[in-house]
Parts: sequence; structure tokens; C-alpha cells
Amino acid sequence: MTNITPFQLFYRAAQARTYPRIAWMYRHKTWIFQETLLPILSVSALAFVYEWMQAPREYVGMVILGAAMTAFWMNVLWSMGGQLYWERDSGNLELYIMSPAPMMSILTGMALGGMLMTLVRAIAIVSAGMILFNVEFAPTSWWLLALVFALTMTALYGLGAMFSSLFLLWGREAWHTVNLLQEPVYLATGMNFPLVALERVLHWFIPAVALFIPLTAGMDALRQVLFRTPGFIPLEWEIGLLAALSAIFLFFAKRTLAMLERKAKEQGTITVKWK
Amino acid sequence: MTELAIRTEDLRRTYRKAKKRKGDSPDASKEFVALDGVSLEVRPGELFGLLGPNGAGKTTLIKILTTLLAPSSGKAWVDGLDVVADAKKLRPLINMVSGGESSGYGILTVMENLWLFGRIYGVPNAIIKERTEKMLKIVELSDKANSKVSHLSTGQRQKMNFCRGFITDPKVLFLDEPTLGLDVTAARAIRKFVKQWIAEDTSRTLLLTTHYMAEADELCDRLAIIDKGKVLACDTPANLKRKVQQYPIFELLLAPTDGSKLDLGRVHGVHQATRTETPTNVSWKVALREEAVIGNVVQAVTQGGERILSLAKSEPTLEDVFIELVGHKLS
Repeated sequence: MTNITPFQLFYRAAQARTYPRIAWMYRHKTWIFQETLLPILSVSALAFVYEWMQAPREYVGMVILGAAMTAFWMNVLWSMGGQLYWERDSGNLELYIMSPAPMMSILTGMALGGMLMTLVRAIAIVSAGMILFNVEFAPTSWWLLALVFALTMTALYGLGAMFSSLFLLWGREAWHTVNLLQEPVYLATGMNFPLVALERVLHWFIPAVALFIPLTAGMDALRQVLFRTPGFIPLEWEIGLLAALSAIFLFFAKRTLAMLERKAKEQGTITVKWK
Repeated sequence: MTELAIRTEDLRRTYRKAKKRKGDSPDASKEFVALDGVSLEVRPGELFGLLGPNGAGKTTLIKILTTLLAPSSGKAWVDGLDVVADAKKLRPLINMVSGGESSGYGILTVMENLWLFGRIYGVPNAIIKERTEKMLKIVELSDKANSKVSHLSTGQRQKMNFCRGFITDPKVLFLDEPTLGLDVTAARAIRKFVKQWIAEDTSRTLLLTTHYMAEADELCDRLAIIDKGKVLACDTPANLKRKVQQYPIFELLLAPTDGSKLDLGRVHGVHQATRTETPTNVSWKVALREEAVIGNVVQAVTQGGERILSLAKSEPTLEDVFIELVGHKLS
């Protein structure tokens, strides 16, 4: 192998692993219809309810924001979380482990590839919402919006990287568990409503715990920036929490990957399929 | 002492079996022993073969040496690096190709797949392109360079995977049944390339597992025969064959003669002689104490008034060696 720095290797490996998703997007253009028009339909249902109720405009905005951010959550969970599992089944995982590229670079490539397509979906939802329902997105600061969004994505995909190791370790049971938790997570994270509503209706403990899911803190912070509505906790605290979650999840993602590799090598399961 | 390319020391690997089921014998072991004290040494520049039936432990050994599997006990080093403790340092130097592997991305073309698996080794784009074009030409897959992998046949996919192993120019390469599923022409081209690749750079080492005895005989400088996790023999193909056949054997085909009284077993220097007669010829198989005795045999035949139709030396094959050591044919 030619002499290269660890950063160069990380970059080249991540770039390489991003490519299959980009190629797929370019070569199977039907996803554009599936990823743009269909989500708009599901958003419209709730938006029409708020319109009929003559609710404040920002409520419809929250529904649109929730739909856009949930797209990332689904991508993290199913696409990224399950990716290593599918890579093992296809025989690619052992090639990645055997290579000098760190697994975090492979996961970064997967994340970037998935994020790109999801970004298109999110932009389509937001744009359609603005046009169809006359919702205005006027952030207090575009830099603040970009910071909150970037931190949310980093924390979210860090969690996804951790999930991918756990999915591989626990196999199909992990899929079933995540499937079961989907609806409770939507409720706890305030997908279509402000988080403070959960405090009023249930107990403050539930949204407090839910804040540790990056989607919750991220959406609450974005609502504060976009709609100037009060959040569950102040914006600065949520930004700090997102930064901390990013660091924690990325740290644990690296640790769980190392632990997974060690266990898989001891048990001989790196190449075992259909576990 | 020159650093060995591959060294294993009393390597063992066991797998825990699935829980006992109803009907299992009470003595049924809870563990399956895949490798049972394997000690091997492979020198740099060697093309080393590993022959054995299914389940012998060949793939388990390769997976340990390529840092994909931890040994249960014992040690292994590749290029002087411990496969467990120094795995990260070792990985840039090695690569592996398995026969019948299904790796790669169907949505990508052949060129794109090879580019991807070159980049995870940090190989620059220009070098990947140059090596890819060269390798695709060797395996006669240049016309499929821009075809999606999902459109390739199994054999074509195997050729692509073979190329993948060489794109990174590894110092130690592991080939696990590389010609599996390939047609005769492709397999021949690959064997020719493998020999050239090793000869080009004496720092390169190749460990090959194969089911094809002729392939092992043609390619390997030395080979180890492995069965049930143990190495039964390790030597050059010629020496292995010599061990099985103590005496040189010749086969003579004679024209049929009425009332023949020829008995080659009585010729001085003949260890054993076997006669087989058909309506059209008489064949003799003679084991000689030394090769020079063939002269006495020919003289005995001609003095007996018989006519020799053909005379050939019979060499044991690796299959003979295998059967002798393992006790059954390679399945």
C-alpha cells in the first residue's frame, strides 16, 4: 500500500463507500417520485386537519418539519442501522474488516450516502409545504439553523453508527425490537407537535428522557429557531446537549464497533449469514 | 534469519456447537475442532498450497491468517506481524480472494467495484485504473468493464473478484479456491498469471487452497495436506509423491503371444510384477528396486521373443498421495 496519512485513508474509504448509494440514486430515478410526492401526501393529511381547526400557522410548519426530520430518523434506523447486517450477508463485511480502512470511515460513507437521498426527500417535503400550505420558514438566524441541523445530523448518524454494530450483534431480534419501538418513539419525540405538550398532558419525565434521542432535541431546537416558539428547554441547552450527544454517540459507535469485531472474531461470526 | 512470510505455531480453533437436541448421543462433544495444532512455515517468495477435503480446516486457517478469526490457542504471524495483536499493521499488506464469493455491489459496474475495493486500501485513482485495466485484460473481462455486476454470470463475477485481490498489490495474498467456477481457458490464464506474479517480485508470497490436484501440482512450490484440522504432510509435490511410491514403476504393453512363459517377477532387480491380459495385448506393471533395472526387464522381454508395444514410467499423482494420507478421495 502506498504511504498515506490516516486522514487520507479515512477520506478515500468514506468516499468509496458513499459511491454505491450515489450510483443507485443516479441509475434508479424512480425513487424521486417515491421520496418526494408520497411523503407530501402523508404530511398533507395532518396539515389539512390543522387548517380546518384554524390552528396557528406554525402548527402546520411543525408537521412539515416533523415529516422532514423523520425521514432522517428512518434512514438512520433502517438504512444505516441495518447496513452492516446486509453487508455481512453479501460478503462485503469481511472485505471491509480485512482492509486497512477503519470501520468508522465505512460507516461515514454509508451515512453520507444515505443522508444525500434523505436530504432530497426533506427538501421536497419542506418546499411542498411552503408552497401548498403557505408556511413561512423564517429562522432567527440562518447560521444558527445550520448549526442546529448539523449537530442534529451528527448526533443522529452517530446513533445510527452505534445501531449498526448492535444490529449486527443481536441479529434479527434487533429488527423486531426497533419495529416495536417505532410508534412510541414518534410519540415521545414530538414528531407532529411541540414537546411541551407532552409535559402538559403526561409528565415532564417523558420528554426529558426523550431529549436524549437526537431527533427530539434536534426538532425542539429547530422549532425554536424556525418558529420562535418556546421549547422544552432553552435553545442553548439543546445545542449543548446535541453537541454532547454527538460526541457520546460517535465515541460509543467506535467502541461498539471494536467490541463487535473482537466478539465476532472470537465467535467466528463475521461471515455467518442469516443470524 | 530471513523473516518468514507466514508462520503458525500450534494453532488451534474450536467452535462451540449448537445446543444438544433430543436424540443426540450423551457423548456428543459440545465443541467442534476446526484446527488442531497446526504449525506451518512459509518462506517469502513461495507459492504455498493447502490441500484437503471439505471441512479440513483450510478456510478456517486462512480466516485466522487474514485477521478475520481469532485462534482459540496458538499463535500466527504474517510478515512477522502477529495476526491478533498487530492486525491493524498487517491489513495493508494482505488481501484475500475466495472462490464462489458474492461480494461487490450489483448496482455498480466491474470497474466501479474494483475502484471501491482499491480505495479502501488507500490506493490512488490512477494506480487503480492502471491495475484494473491490466487485470481485466488478463482474465479476459475487458469487454465487461462497464457492465453492472448484477448482469454478470457467476464465472465472470469470480473473475472480477480474482482481480480485486491484485489491485492492492499485497505482499501476502491468500487465494481460497480461486479457479472455482471458471472455465478451462480462464483457469489456465489465472494459473499462468499467478506464477508470473510470484516470479516478478520475490518479496511476494501466495497461499493457495484448491481442490484441483493438477493445479496444486502445477503451481505450488510446497504444499501441506490437511485433514480434520491437522497437517498430515508438508513438502514439495515431488517429495510427497516420492514418499508414496518407494519404487519406480513402469508399465509395459506387449503384443499377445500364444504360450508365453515370460515372468518379469523373476528378473533381477524387480521388486514386484503384475500381469494383465486382454485379447489385444498383455500389460505388465513392474516395480523396480532402481530405475536402471528397466534395462534388464527389456532384455528379458526381447529374449523371451515378445514384442514391446509401449513402455512408460508411471508417476504417482497427488491424488495418490492424498488417498494414501487421508484414506479417501478428495470430495
